[in-house]
Amino acid sequence: MSLLDMFFGRKKISASVAKERLQIILAHERGSNALGEIEQSPSWLPQLQQELVDVVAKYIHIDKEALKVHIEKRDNLELLEINVTLQDKGENNVSNKKTS
Amino acid sequence: MAKVIVITSGKGGVGKTTTSASFASGLALKGFKTVVVDFDIGLRNLDLIMGCERRVVYDFVNVVQGEATLHQALIKDKNCDNLYILAASQTKDKEALTQDGVGNVIDELSKDFDYIVCDSPAGIERGSFLALYFADEAIVVTNPEVSSVRDSDRILGILSSKSKRAVEGKSKIKAHLLVTRYNPERVENGEMLSVKDIEDILRIPLIGVIPESTDVLQASNTGVPAINLKETIVSEAYWDVIGRFLGEDKELRFVNAPRKGFFQRIFGGGN
Ligand SMILES: Nc1ncnc2c1ncn2[C@@H]1O[C@H](COP(=O)(O)OP(=O)(O)OP(=O)(O)O)[C@@H](O)[C@H]1O
Ligand SMILES: [Mg+2]
Repeated sequence: MSLLDMFFGRKKISASVAKERLQIILAHERGSNALGEIEQSPSWLPQLQQELVDVVAKYIHIDKEALKVHIEKRDNLELLEINVTLQDKGENNVSNKKTS
Repeated sequence: MAKVIVITSGKGGVGKTTTSASFASGLALKGFKTVVVDFDIGLRNLDLIMGCERRVVYDFVNVVQGEATLHQALIKDKNCDNLYILAASQTKDKEALTQDGVGNVIDELSKDFDYIVCDSPAGIERGSFLALYFADEAIVVTNPEVSSVRDSDRILGILSSKSKRAVEGKSKIKAHLLVTRYNPERVENGEMLSVKDIEDILRIPLIGVIPESTDVLQASNTGVPAINLKETIVSEAYWDVIGRFLGEDKELRFVNAPRKGFFQRIFGGGN
């Protein structure tokens, strides 16, 4: 854009409008359930995970990373999945599912 | 074990196939045994971009359906010994690929190759889902334009919730942002989103910026991946992507418009 264009307001700076619009719509879409499972996980999930690690670690030696907690909504079914991978025996996998 | 990389975008026509061809060629030229797989069932195009369209006998669907072996269907690149192409089929039946079938092909390719590059179709339907499902890493191709950025965001959501790694609770797919068809002049004029804007919005690390260039058309006309067009900016930009992907530290290039002269700045023109 030339200085004359700018002076006479011949062209608008539209990229900043684009950015603003995108930020608003994407914040909305990320939060909404538009894609089924792509939604914010509940805020208590990390704490649940930590407490579970603590309990399991009382009995078996595990890494923090070895325990995965995953929550998922499908229609009117909610699924809480807890997955613990035991270290020394490689593929040994204890998993436990609960529906509510 | 091979590393599986999907080239994806959501939106159509942003440069996925162009990127798949150049990215796979670059890795192969760096000495890695690489295969590039066209997932765009019904709209085969990668073969044209790679310049091997007349050598397609069997395709991906033939292999999945057991009508040909992988060995029969893989096409060796004419320029590079380390590079193979698996063409998409021209069948109209979009259901021809099954998740298990694709999984088996990926497993078999994994034994022989270092990298498996998956050229995704546009959209968020079955074809693009299968292209990203098995991925370890993703290159999200985005144009500096609102609908492309929004679609990339949706794809990132799918990568982090529906891919094999997500479903199995493994470590996340590593996603890289590749901005293509970038026009620094229009960005400086405030007419187009900048790389920085796109990074701010999508919040994934940038692997490169490919400028808009007529050389890409010439590359496709002649069936030579753009990375092989010597002494062009596009080729240099793709080589930078390869370097960064392989862990080299490369400064970002080609993101600033050439400086204009005094009269051009006052009266405009020249762009
Ligand atoms: N950097 C670039 N500069 C100019 N033109 C480009 C550039 N990259 C891609 N193109 C052009 O854009 C068009 C679409 O490119 P390409 O086929 O790679 O996109 P795609 O994302 O694979 O499309 P589809 O979604 O249909 O599979 C082609 O005509 C190609 O030549
Ligand atoms: Mg394509």
